[in-house]
Amino acid sequence: MKKLTTALTAGVLATAGSFAFAADSSDPIVIPIHNWSSQIVMSHAVGQIFESMGNNVEYVTTDSQAVYESVRLGDVTLELEVWEGAFGASFRAALEKGGLHDAGDHNAVTREDWWYPMWTKDACPGLPSWEALNDCAALFATPETGDKGMYLDGPVDWLKHGQERVAALGMNFQVVNAGSAAALWAHIASAEADKKPIVVFNWTPNFAEAVWPGEFVEFPKWEDGCDKDPAVGPNPEALYDCGNPAEGYLKKAAWDGMKDKWPAAYDTLTKISFTNPQIAEMAKFVDTDEMEPEEAASRWLEENEDVWKAWVSM
Amino acid sequence: MNSFRSYFENPRNIPRVFWVLFGLAVLLTILRPVLPAGLVRIPEALLAPWRDWIDVAFNFIRGDMESGRFGLIYITRALTGVLEFVLNAVANVLYGKRRWPNIEQIPWSVLGIGITVMAYYLGGWRLALLSAITFLWTALVGQWKLAMETMNVILVAAPMGFIIGGLLGIWSWKSKRVEETIKPLLLVMQVLPFFSYLLPAVIFFKVGPTAATVATIAYSLPPMILMTTIGLKKVSPEVVEAGKMAGCTRWQMLRYVYLPSARTEILVGLNQVIMLCLAMVVLTAAIGMPGLGAKLLAMMGSFKLGRSFEIGVTIVLLAVTLDRMSKAWVTKQPEHFEKGTPWWKRHFYFLLAVGAMLVTYALAQLFGSMKPVELTLWPISEFNLPQYMAGVVDEVHRNESLSQSKPIDKAMRSFLSWDGVTAVTTSIRYFVNVYILVPTEKALLYIPTSAFILGVTAICYRLGGYIPGLLAFIFFCIVAQFGYWDRAMLTLHSVFTATAIAFIIGSPMAIIAARKEKWANRMIVVCDTLQTFPSYVYLLPAVMLFGISPVTVIISILIYTMVPVIRYTIEGLRGVPPELTEAADMSGATRWQKLFKVQLPLAMPTIAVGLNQALVFAFFMVIIAEFIGTRDLGQEMRKTLAGTHLGWNFVLGFSVVFMALTFDTAINAWAEKRRKLLGLS
Repeated sequence: MKKLTTALTAGVLATAGSFAFAADSSDPIVIPIHNWSSQIVMSHAVGQIFESMGNNVEYVTTDSQAVYESVRLGDVTLELEVWEGAFGASFRAALEKGGLHDAGDHNAVTREDWWYPMWTKDACPGLPSWEALNDCAALFATPETGDKGMYLDGPVDWLKHGQERVAALGMNFQVVNAGSAAALWAHIASAEADKKPIVVFNWTPNFAEAVWPGEFVEFPKWEDGCDKDPAVGPNPEALYDCGNPAEGYLKKAAWDGMKDKWPAAYDTLTKISFTNPQIAEMAKFVDTDEMEPEEAASRWLEENEDVWKAWVSM
Repeated sequence: MNSFRSYFENPRNIPRVFWVLFGLAVLLTILRPVLPAGLVRIPEALLAPWRDWIDVAFNFIRGDMESGRFGLIYITRALTGVLEFVLNAVANVLYGKRRWPNIEQIPWSVLGIGITVMAYYLGGWRLALLSAITFLWTALVGQWKLAMETMNVILVAAPMGFIIGGLLGIWSWKSKRVEETIKPLLLVMQVLPFFSYLLPAVIFFKVGPTAATVATIAYSLPPMILMTTIGLKKVSPEVVEAGKMAGCTRWQMLRYVYLPSARTEILVGLNQVIMLCLAMVVLTAAIGMPGLGAKLLAMMGSFKLGRSFEIGVTIVLLAVTLDRMSKAWVTKQPEHFEKGTPWWKRHFYFLLAVGAMLVTYALAQLFGSMKPVELTLWPISEFNLPQYMAGVVDEVHRNESLSQSKPIDKAMRSFLSWDGVTAVTTSIRYFVNVYILVPTEKALLYIPTSAFILGVTAICYRLGGYIPGLLAFIFFCIVAQFGYWDRAMLTLHSVFTATAIAFIIGSPMAIIAARKEKWANRMIVVCDTLQTFPSYVYLLPAVMLFGISPVTVIISILIYTMVPVIRYTIEGLRGVPPELTEAADMSGATRWQKLFKVQLPLAMPTIAVGLNQALVFAFFMVIIAEFIGTRDLGQEMRKTLAGTHLGWNFVLGFSVVFMALTFDTAINAWAEKRRKLLGLS
């Protein structure tokens, strides 16, 4: 791996020619790492790009909500995956307090919504329409939910409004919140054995797509204002009466001080933009091929030089 | 005022007052349908804006680096700088992080053999074997670097916890006032939910190993302080006399008389520090603890059962090894050599360790660049263990590791989805839920706030007396005033159910085990192992077996509450004076009579302490169980993390703290009273 980095450095220095920026600080750029594969690999990939530019990089594992406070304080330099749905609130709160800013979107779009594994469709053939799902509600009942169906929503800090949607659309479901992504996977895996129909919260891009093929439930299409104006959407009296945006943003965030301290790296950061297939590929290296994240990142950089070189050179 | 208090303190009045208060509570509950709404739940309008007040107070104390307003953050950030330097230096030695003193990475085998020799010196070949197995396992499954990243924090946190805890322990032994202030503070630290530590740790101590170290120290301090104080108090007066007669100064008394005499207790404290540090490995990953814990979370996030399990095993092995080594150090008395013993003889084991490390280092240098071979043990003609070991003596590369994660993954999955297993778990889930959890939960939520406060006050008063009763009243009023009553009741529900079930299952097991020394010891080993195995590893299998349901939450708490129940019951039964059991035997008591009339009553104060420990653990775990999915205070706390609502977070955190404090005070007061009554103290 060290060899690769040196090779990359040499390559960059040869192609980039002269830098128009003041030299970057030799202090390490601190990149936060969370607990899902695509983010880990992406962080390492970007870290290795920075290293190839002659920067020092350090990684730190953090909680994916509390991290925005650290970016604000400058303890962490940037954040590479700001999901609109799950982390939008924390991001916006930190933005208001000041200290960090939006460093541009990735090309990738995210979708976070009700989802079911393929085998559910055998039991409830009308899917993916939400009305059909509602008609099959009894199939999803558990001892705790009685005769209502159970919908397993994401952790509460992802602020998913499943409860509100069930009420707004008059669905015969009870919303249960999983405490973590891991709990969601365990729930899917335990249903897999006897092909029990389930409906859970899921998102893309994500490793689970490869392990458990499935589909998103089609709710009334998202319209702007669905979360603010009751008139929008099929139920004129309620908020959240439509699906989540099918094309949510995936952003990068940077500490305000980064621009002055590491100008070259900052310039690269603003140009960085991963696509859905690229993110899926990075996740696959780790999740399916069992590589270590560092190796997966080097491998990806090696195979996609043309992609990331464009971000580095001017 | 005084006569008011003395009325309640008079033992003759206690039953009367208890029944009046308790009866009132029952009456209020029965009358709920006709009660004014204000007595059922405190109306929103009467709740104070605690959240905002706390926010203002926090921001004031914190200070602001940007505008230059002085505050706590200036001090903590300066400390962070020092701590970071120390952590980096240790990291350099352990896994070659490029920082001062810039030593090159030391091969795993060199560190491993050095510590194994030390283990041999401390505890003979058994301990050496344990240490060797731990190091071989960690390195060969490919987790060496992760383990060293974890050990980096522990090697800094444990000694600091030991020193700070020891000093505080000495201080609170010297001064009654300090002791009385420290005790409740320690309890608050122990039961303050982990989610409340998260944001302050990150703000004051910088996300990363520094914040992780501070959180780990804070969590591991209490037993160290407690054990030091206990040890110093127990020093026998004869020894103290002797010291005084020899004309010791105060410092000499402490250094040469008290501390050596309290050595055993102090080192037990150290042992607890180490165990608690390891218990924090996974939790602190959220605030920047690198290594095993962070990897475990990542592995669980992508549903890799096998690798999570392997990491869990590594953590347990490290914990057991460190535990045994520190215990061996406790029991090993200082060695004394005759005058004139040559230098090398006195430091034989030290030299042996250095020698072994140098030889291994040479081997690592020699074979370091050898091509990796795959390990084949059979048939004999292809046996290549030596070649394999030569290939990995320097560093275990990914493709050389012996990790069996995939087969483990498969085995676990097929076991968890095996029809026989799921049939059993589904019926347990159904039964426990429908017949136990749902009805009790509904009942608890039905009770009006006013009735509940009176009821708790009555019970605590009956158990502990005037002060615990008064505290129960005040604390629960605060909880009600904080405004998350229903969620607080749900938390309490999980805590009580888990503790009750632990008691029902755990104490018979402990009573049986306590009959034979050997069984009792084995039982305690099992308990220790269960406790150090990171709770997250249980999470996935538990969810697969019992679904995302309250049953799973209870089970995950149960694992931790069982341990103190079993341990203290065994301790309590063992501690019954043999004269009394003999007397029971002489008077012809049957085994049952002896148990119920003599042993259990005498052991009860100790068992109560265990029960109290179980409650404290349950309060800690119930918030962690949020990772499965709950609807209580823990879930609400998770919401506060999105958007960094500190005030809100603290309101919830302290709701938990006040409830825990109430029961802790009452049970401890009861145990103390009983002990005095039985002449055991």
